[in-house]
Amino acid sequence: MKNLLRCMVALGAAWASCLCAQTVDIGRVKVAKGQVSVLRAGQQLPATPGLQLRAADEVRTGADGAVGITMSDNSTLSAGPNSVLALDRYSFDTTTHQGRFDSSLRQGTLAVISGKIAKQSPESMTVRTPAAILGVRGTEFVVSAGDAPAR
Amino acid sequence: MHWALSLVLLIALAGGCTTAPPPPSPPPPAPALVDTIVLLPERDGRATAVTVTQGSSQAVLDRPYAAATAAAGGGGVRPSQSSAADVQARFGAALAAQPPRPASFVLYFVEGRDALTDESKAVVERVFAEIAARPAPDIAVIGHTDSVGAAAANDVLSLQRAEAIRRELLQRGIVSQNVQASGRGERELLVPTADNVAEPRNRRVEIIVR
Repeated sequence: MKNLLRCMVALGAAWASCLCAQTVDIGRVKVAKGQVSVLRAGQQLPATPGLQLRAADEVRTGADGAVGITMSDNSTLSAGPNSVLALDRYSFDTTTHQGRFDSSLRQGTLAVISGKIAKQSPESMTVRTPAAILGVRGTEFVVSAGDAPAR
Repeated sequence: MHWALSLVLLIALAGGCTTAPPPPSPPPPAPALVDTIVLLPERDGRATAVTVTQGSSQAVLDRPYAAATAAAGGGGVRPSQSSAADVQARFGAALAAQPPRPASFVLYFVEGRDALTDESKAVVERVFAEIAARPAPDIAVIGHTDSVGAAAANDVLSLQRAEAIRRELLQRGIVSQNVQASGRGERELLVPTADNVAEPRNRRVEIIVR
């Protein structure tokens, strides 16, 4: 009987954790310099360290801005000035490490270190730029979008 | 003869003056904007790669500072080579804003009990030092088991262990929304073993501070 009770409590805890996971942030702002904001459902929020992010958020930096973000799968994204980064789609199962992370760099510069989602399944993390789509296979890279071509 | 030659030239020039000027040609289209991707060296030396695709054109970057460009107007992906200096010049601001890397700590339990080993109690203090050193920390507590028992039962057990450590962190003042607990079951054996092999080094809780 005690074991059954223990089992039920454990299952209840697991279920509650699962529910919590759905409302948990997908990542957080860790570094913010100069002008940085997050566009969410038409509303502009100042991006300060600790701000919790959600899928569909658009992170924007001004001419003097830079921002660093850590996602719940330990991947990090950091953007330089005059950048627009959209967190299009994000899901991460903390038990199986299955997940999906698609983002878009509309303009500016971005440095990326991939995390557990890409490690579990290299098809699962992408970054889209205006001219290309990047498939992340467990890696550290930089990307800039929308530069005038060099002569 | 020179006067005849000059006359011919004059006529050519005059002829040029009397024809109607050609209509102004439309301005040349603005050159398409370009995206650039550079692969960076991996800290711990593991193999890395990023694929860059535009339509049916693809480049695979798999060496440090391998690079590629693609233009918004098309033309495919063009491989090239960058350098540390080049990367610093173009991406210095983005790189300077990178968050500190997540820090990982491992705790072990006294055999068969819920109590931490003495060594692990000391590790908990290091966890708190790391939390104090970061401006906006959030913590992941991850339970692991060895391969003894059924996978589903190990999922439950590993989550229970993580929840127990999470409760201890809350008791010591960490804000609830900043700590998440999860269980990985027997998926991440620190010491690889066959199924159903007892291995104390696999029975652990990992705390990640990021």
